Amino acid sequence: MSSQRIHIQGGRVIDPANGIDAEMDIYIAKEKIVAVGSGPEGFQADQTIDASGQIVCPGLVDLGAHLREPGQEHKATIRSETRAAVAGGITTLCLPPDTSPVVETAADVELIRRRADDSDLARVLVIGALTVGLQGKELSEMMQLQRAGCVAMGNAHKPIRSSLVLRKALEYAGTFGITVFLQPEDPDLADEGCAHEGVVAARLGLPAIPEAAETVALARDLELIRQTGARAHLGRLSSARAVEMVAEARAAGLPISADVSAHQLHLTEMDIGDFDAQCHVRPPLRTQRDRDALRAGLANGILDAVCSDHQPHEPDAKMAPFPVTEPGISALETLLPLTLKMADEIGMPLIDALDLVTAAPAKILGIKAGTLSIGAPADICLFDPASWWTVSPETLYSRGLNTPFMGWELRGTVTRTLVGGRSVFVAPSPATEA
Amino acid sequence: MSEPVPPAHRWGSLQKTANLQLGPNGRLRHFLTLEGLPRTILEQILDTAQSLVGVTDRTVKKLPLLRGKTIVNLFFEPSTRTRTTFELAAKRLSADVLTMNISASATKKGETLLDTLRNLEAMHVDMFVVRHADSGAAHFIARHAAPHISVLNAGDGRHAHPTQAMLDMFTIRHHKGEFHRLRVAIVGDILHSRVARSQIHALNILGTGEVRVIAPKTLLPSCPESLGVQVYHNIDEGLRDVDVVIMLRLQRERMGSALLPSGHEYFQLYGLTEDRLSLAQPDVMVMHPGPINRGVEMDSQVADGPHSVILQQVSFGIAVRMAVMSLAMRSSEAIARDLPA
Repeated sequence: MSSQRIHIQGGRVIDPANGIDAEMDIYIAKEKIVAVGSGPEGFQADQTIDASGQIVCPGLVDLGAHLREPGQEHKATIRSETRAAVAGGITTLCLPPDTSPVVETAADVELIRRRADDSDLARVLVIGALTVGLQGKELSEMMQLQRAGCVAMGNAHKPIRSSLVLRKALEYAGTFGITVFLQPEDPDLADEGCAHEGVVAARLGLPAIPEAAETVALARDLELIRQTGARAHLGRLSSARAVEMVAEARAAGLPISADVSAHQLHLTEMDIGDFDAQCHVRPPLRTQRDRDALRAGLANGILDAVCSDHQPHEPDAKMAPFPVTEPGISALETLLPLTLKMADEIGMPLIDALDLVTAAPAKILGIKAGTLSIGAPADICLFDPASWWTVSPETLYSRGLNTPFMGWELRGTVTRTLVGGRSVFVAPSPATEA
Repeated sequence: MSEPVPPAHRWGSLQKTANLQLGPNGRLRHFLTLEGLPRTILEQILDTAQSLVGVTDRTVKKLPLLRGKTIVNLFFEPSTRTRTTFELAAKRLSADVLTMNISASATKKGETLLDTLRNLEAMHVDMFVVRHADSGAAHFIARHAAPHISVLNAGDGRHAHPTQAMLDMFTIRHHKGEFHRLRVAIVGDILHSRVARSQIHALNILGTGEVRVIAPKTLLPSCPESLGVQVYHNIDEGLRDVDVVIMLRLQRERMGSALLPSGHEYFQLYGLTEDRLSLAQPDVMVMHPGPINRGVEMDSQVADGPHSVILQQVSFGIAVRMAVMSLAMRSSEAIARDLPA
C-alpha cells in the first residue's frame, strides 16, 4: 500500500486515451492520479520525480503473457516474469489459461492471484479456460470463472477442432456478455508444421504451416461470431489475408477486436536462416508482405493492439533440431521498443503507437487501465525515447533468454515504472533520481 | 583468419550468416548441405572420389588416410544401406568406426541430443556421421559439437542428404561428362525428399543446363520454382529431350493417403515406362536411389533395361563417402592446429 503523494515533473506526457501529448506534470495521491497539469490546491509532494527528457505514458497493458506458473516453474515464475514486465514498462498483463493445472476453477484463479499479490509488481489478469482442460470438448464453468475475476475466456493456443463446440461456447459466453479470446489455427491444416509454408520451409525441408491454417479457422470463427453475436477478440494474427478478413468483418459490424504479436511486426520467415530455433514461433513468421500488412492493419485501425505473446523457456527448450524445439519468444521487455521501432519505420505518430499497447488493449479488456485520466490507478511508465539499449542476457530480467532479438540495439529505455503510485521498477544505471 | 566456430552461447544465439561448413582457407569442415558450397568443393569431392574408386577393386582395400581417427555413426533413424556404406568407407580409410543406433524412444527418456553428444565427445571422437528424422539436426549438432569434430550429414528429415546427391552427381558425370549440356528431370515425391533437395542444389551448383521436377502438386513444396527448377505436372512433357531421369522412391505410406489416391493411379500418371522413356534423348540414363517399387515408380523393363544405372550407384557410394570423409578431416586437422592448446 502506498499513500505517498508523488509529483512527476517536467516530462512529456502522452496519454492516448485522452488525446494528450504535451509537457505536463502529474500528481498522484492514494495510488491514483489526482491531477494532470497543475497540482491540486495545497498539494504537498512526499516525492518528486524529475521526468525531464522522458516520456510519461500509461503503464502498458499486455493481452497475452505466459508466465509459466503454476506448472512450469522451471521455465519462469509469476515473480520473475512480473519483474520483467515492470522492467519493460508493463503494469497489467493477461495470463492465458494454459497453465498446469489449466485455469478452470475459482481456486486456480485464486492461486494465481495470490502469487501475483505476493510478488506485488505488475497486475496479473487471468483468462479462464473456454473448454475443460482446453480440450475443446466440454464448456468450462465460465460464470464461476468470471465471478472469480477472469477478464475473458479463451483456449490459449489450443485450437477448438469441433465447430459445434466453438459455436456453443460462443453462444454461452455471449449469453453472459463474456469476451472470448480466440487464436485462429486449423489443427488439421497446421498438421505437424513448424514454419510458414513458403520458400524457407521449401528450402530447409521443414514441415510447413500454410496460411490457410489461419484463414480457414478465422473464416469459421468469424461466421460463428456473426451468428452468435458473441463478443470476441482474435489474437496473434499473422497473415495479410487475415487482416483483410478482419477488415471485412469489422465493416459488417461484427463485435470483434484483434491483436498481433510485436515480433510479427519485425521478423519474417527469412529470419529462420539456417534453422535458428529462436525464430520458431506459433503462428509462424510469414512473408514480408504479411509483415507489412500487419503493420498497415495497425496503422489503419483494423488491428487494435500489439501484445508480447511472451513465452519464456529454459535454454534446453531451444537446444534441439528446429522442428522439435518449443515455439515462443521471451518478449515482455521488447514489447515497448519493438512497437516504437515499428512506429518509427512506418511514420506512425508516437501517441498512436502508445495507444496500441495502453488504451486499446485496456478497452478490449474493459478495464480501468492504460490511461492517465484523473481518478485512474497511478500505473505509469517513464521511458527515455532517445536512449538505445542492447538486448542481452545482462539487460533482460525475464528468466527466459529465448529471443531472436538478442544482440539487437533498440531505442526506448524504460527508466521507471509505477504501479498504484509505487515505483516498482527504477532503472539501475544513469536514470533519473528520485 | 576468421574465428573457426561461432561460440555456442548459452541462450542459443547463433551467427546466421556464417557458413558453418567451411573452415579456414575455405576448406570443407562439415558436410551438412550442398546449399552455399562453391562449385570448386563439389568438383574436388568428385575428383577425389574418382581417384578412390580403384581402391575398392584392389585386394587390399585400405588406405591409411584416417589411421588413428575415430568416427562415430550416429543413427537416430534406421538405415541399412547408408549406414553400411559409411562404415565401409571409414574402414577403408583405416579409421576406427563405432556405429550407434539410437532409437527415438531412447532419446525421449530425458537424455537430450546434446547430452548424447557431450558423452561421445568425451571419448575423443573426430567425426560424427549423423542421420536424424528432423530437418536441421545435422546443423544443430555441427553448431554445438566441439570445434575439432567434423559433422557429416547422412540425412536429416526432409532437408538434405548431401553424400547421396554427390554419389548421383558422380554417376552422372561418369556417364555423361559435362553438366552444362544436360537436361535432368527428377520425378516423384519432391516434398518429402531430402535427396531431391540435395540433388537440386548439386545440379545447379555444377551448372546443369536445365533441372526439372515432375510431380503432382501434393508432392511438391510450395513455390518449388524457388529451389531453382522448372516444374512439370505432366510427365510426358517433362521427360521430353532429357538426358538424365532421376526417379525418387515413393514411400508406401504416401499411397492411399490424402497425398495420392493409389499406387496404381500414380503409376498411370507418373510411372516410368519404356514408351515414356522414348520421349527423352536416345541415350537417356535412368537413376533410382532404390529400393524400387516395381509397377509404382517404374516398369521392370525400365529398371532392368539398358538405360538403368541403379546398381552401379552402390559401388560409387563408398568412394564418394571416402572422399568426403578425407576432405572434411583434413580441414578439421587444420583447425586443430590453429586452436590454442
